[in-house]
Amino acid sequence: MDRDALQVSNLTGAAAAIASGVGRRDFLKICSLAAAAVGLPASAAEKMAARVALPKKPSVIWLQFQECTGCTESLLRTSHPGAAELILDLISLDYSETLMAAAGHQAEASLAEAVKENDGKFVLVVEGAIPVKDGGIYCKIGDRTALDMLKDVASHAGAVIAIGSCASWGGIPSADPNPTGATGVPDIVKGKPLVTIPGCPANPYNLLGVVLQYATFGTLPELDAKLRPKFAYGRVIHDDCPRRAHFDAGRFAQRYGDEGSRQGWCLYKMGCKGPRTHANCSLLNFGEVIGAWPIGIGAQCFGCTEKELAFRVPLFQTVEPEQLSPPGMYPSVNAKHGEVSPLATGLAGVAVGAAVGAGIAMTRKLGQEPAEKDGGEEE
Amino acid sequence: MSHAPATPVGGKLTTPFFNFMALVALAGAAALVVRFAQGLGAATGMTDGYAWGIWIALDVVVGTALGCGGYAMALLVYLANRGKYHPLVRPAMLTGALGYTFAATSIIVDVGRYWGIWKIPTYVAWWNFDSALLEVALCVMTYVMVLWIEFSPSILERWRASGTPGQRSFAESAGPRLDRALPWIIALGLLLPTMHQSSLGTVMMLPFSKMHALWFSPLLPLLFLVNCLFLGYAMVVAESTLSSTGLGTRRETRLLGALAPTMAWVLILFVVLRFGDLALRGSLPAAFVAGKYAAWFWLETLLLLAPAVVLLGRNARERASTQFGAALSMLAGGILYRFDTYILAYDPGSGWSYFPSALEILITAGFVAAEVMIYLWIVRRFPVLSSATPAESR
Amino acid sequence: MTTLTRRQLLQGAAVAGAAGAAAVAVPSVAEAASARARQPGDVGLLYDSTLCIGCRACVTKCKSANNLPVDAMNINGVPYDAPDDLNATTKTVIQVAAQGDRFAFVKRQCMQCLDPACVSACMIKAYQKGPDGVIGYDQSRCLGDRYCQIACPFNVPKFQWSKAVPVMVKCEMCRHRKEGPACSEVCPRQAVVFGKVPDLLAEAKRRQAASPGKYLARIYGEHEVGGTQCLYLTAADVPFETLGLPKVDGTPQPHLSTSIQHGVYKGMIAPVALYAAIGLAVWRNTRKGDEEKKP
Repeated sequence: MDRDALQVSNLTGAAAAIASGVGRRDFLKICSLAAAAVGLPASAAEKMAARVALPKKPSVIWLQFQECTGCTESLLRTSHPGAAELILDLISLDYSETLMAAAGHQAEASLAEAVKENDGKFVLVVEGAIPVKDGGIYCKIGDRTALDMLKDVASHAGAVIAIGSCASWGGIPSADPNPTGATGVPDIVKGKPLVTIPGCPANPYNLLGVVLQYATFGTLPELDAKLRPKFAYGRVIHDDCPRRAHFDAGRFAQRYGDEGSRQGWCLYKMGCKGPRTHANCSLLNFGEVIGAWPIGIGAQCFGCTEKELAFRVPLFQTVEPEQLSPPGMYPSVNAKHGEVSPLATGLAGVAVGAAVGAGIAMTRKLGQEPAEKDGGEEE
Repeated sequence: MSHAPATPVGGKLTTPFFNFMALVALAGAAALVVRFAQGLGAATGMTDGYAWGIWIALDVVVGTALGCGGYAMALLVYLANRGKYHPLVRPAMLTGALGYTFAATSIIVDVGRYWGIWKIPTYVAWWNFDSALLEVALCVMTYVMVLWIEFSPSILERWRASGTPGQRSFAESAGPRLDRALPWIIALGLLLPTMHQSSLGTVMMLPFSKMHALWFSPLLPLLFLVNCLFLGYAMVVAESTLSSTGLGTRRETRLLGALAPTMAWVLILFVVLRFGDLALRGSLPAAFVAGKYAAWFWLETLLLLAPAVVLLGRNARERASTQFGAALSMLAGGILYRFDTYILAYDPGSGWSYFPSALEILITAGFVAAEVMIYLWIVRRFPVLSSATPAESR
Repeated sequence: MTTLTRRQLLQGAAVAGAAGAAAVAVPSVAEAASARARQPGDVGLLYDSTLCIGCRACVTKCKSANNLPVDAMNINGVPYDAPDDLNATTKTVIQVAAQGDRFAFVKRQCMQCLDPACVSACMIKAYQKGPDGVIGYDQSRCLGDRYCQIACPFNVPKFQWSKAVPVMVKCEMCRHRKEGPACSEVCPRQAVVFGKVPDLLAEAKRRQAASPGKYLARIYGEHEVGGTQCLYLTAADVPFETLGLPKVDGTPQPHLSTSIQHGVYKGMIAPVALYAAIGLAVWRNTRKGDEEKKP
């Protein structure tokens, strides 16, 4: 389907997309994929599909601040036909600077209207960091600061989703020396159900999963301490990395283009941050293209989902792997060696027993002889 | 004081006992094929942690000590000038020669690169004088030859009496020359065991960080030397009693009884040295820590103290059973001490364990059986036992 | 197991000295243990357990650099090159020391002692310390008696148990490679560093000083068994014993046995004198009675 057509078709035109491009089969398939990603049973996919078919859709307001639109772009550019269309049909996207046809005061008016209409029920998706330094003057839309806008809109939202690393914890704009005081949503919005989906860009399927679950069941997935859904951020990239075997075997690429690099060996020694980066990139590649992710194309993971790593730890610096338990197949310093066969113990027992027994028996026999008297027996 | 001359025992060689020994020796020989074809790992229970097993601890370390009967008797007869024990010397020399020969053979079986053993005595420039093992190797090699030379009068005697003409002329020409050289060969036979039996103790001083405090001692050389002495005496008693019982020859009860106090005092010397050393160095508390180490330590001590007490009593002078029982207890205690020093007290660290494999045990058993067979053959054919003719007055 | 302290050892030496006069001349070894002094040209490895991530690059590279075969271990029916310790096909290995939930890695290889037990043990000098202090092994001299294995405080030399024509296997610091040890070359985190020992000691102390509280304030190998050329750093809460490194003091392993060997057999004077004395006594005693001169 033609993406330019999507953009001009305005927000409600997406319904037509299902009719024109996405059949019910594809539709269910994507719902299953999303359900599986969130960790819901297969039956949930049916429910999701049913929910999407209802006329009244949850209202979504998509705010963009200090960002590069990469997260929106990666959502729109999923190569499986219809994933973007699906999410756009699932929801009523009432405000999005990238996707909406309206502009200027007309656009701001639609925001105010959407907030008023769905007060307390709409989902707020935030893309981009929020500058807080100097009263937040470094990012303004329609003469309102991003800070003011976020606080205002969030106070009316039912749930908030911070998409991308910038919205989740500050991202690139917050890199040292952070001249604008760029800050993530969790530091500003308090008291609302909040999910962060960090990533640079965030994987659209992780958003899809969260949104579908919220839309269908009205619940949010289980979150970790950094408010990231556990289904996507529960394990480190290293755990499921396709190059993991090379790490375990100690085969490392030393530099780009060397023998190891060509052989697809582990990139740890080149500074890959996979061992500390919580994300499911190694399982869920981008744009449904197998191998379309940093490590897949021979570049080290730079830790985009982790505030402590991305844009902070130098690209080629190695990190301590996060391991919660010792690797099971490694030998212990107290490895057991040596074995005892039953046959050997038996033989030894017989030999020692025979010697001791014969000795005692013979001493007894000798004891029956009178002192100093000669005598002898055949053995 | 005159002795009954040594005479061959004679009789049929292939008794049921002899045949059984032959069977064991054959099984051992078969096991040897596996060892030489497939390496030590396939035939033994040894590991990189316990790199020495029973072939070293029993065959060599214990085996040579049991062969010290000749050394111990020679000390009495030639150095302390107790000529009355002379009848006990020849069988002791034979046991010694056999024990050392099989210890040396066991070394060839045990070392991984046995074909290079000739380098030890020949490549003098390579000698490492730090190594106690080098001294053991050189001494044992020489002492095996010395023992057979010491025993050779027995063979020459037989040849002179009833050999072929060639044997007779050889015996007649070699005999006088041997007689002249014998004092110096006997002296060598006294020096070499003193050196290498103490060095067998020094060998286990090198891995002192892996040794249990109850067995490690700076006195290990001295303890091993005293240990080989009483093992030697015990072996003389046991061997004499066994052959008189098994071969039907006359008992040497009175002669062996005269030896009893010497044995007792050597035993007491050993125990006092050992406990004194442990106490002075503050290691004695380890003997009271419940566990296998303390258990074996006390078993060794009991097995040595009990015969010391018995041997000082009147019974030891008159009763073969008392002598034999005491000798067996000494043998058990002395063998245990050596075995424990080399295997039990040696701890390469957690995770390692050792138990000999079936083939390993078979090979050792085979060696012992072969040794017994050769002993029987020699005492039946050559003049070794002076008590061979029963009911003869002294 | 009750281990010996240096004090016990020296006390024992005094006892030995006293008792020595009695029967066999055990020399007094009361003089302080004098290990071979560190030479400026000595080379070694610095292993930092806090930096090691257990990737085993060193193990793999060591095998290829030394042409060592795979040590196949079946895990769920699949063969892995997973040596569980140093062995006949493994000159270095990474092991895990686990303490409850905490765990640390440790690399094992020859420690290159300043005063090596293997060198002291070997009868015909199959082990010799090179000009850089690295203990080289010469299989043409080796007899396979394995006394080196018994002697080594770290259980390093390994024997080819499965071969009919066996040799010993031990890290020789890749002395055949111009570029130095393979293990340090591939380490991704400088957990294994190769260099001159004085530089390594300085680097170890620099690391300890740079991160106060991170390291245990001790460098294993600086003084242990009289000093080794391979040095270990560990985290403050992981003692070296937990890493499987033996608890030893500063006495060189061969100290006592060498003193005895050298004391008793110095210039072969004592044995020759003893032989002369015994010979005379025997000669005198055997002259007396004709029947007593033959054994």
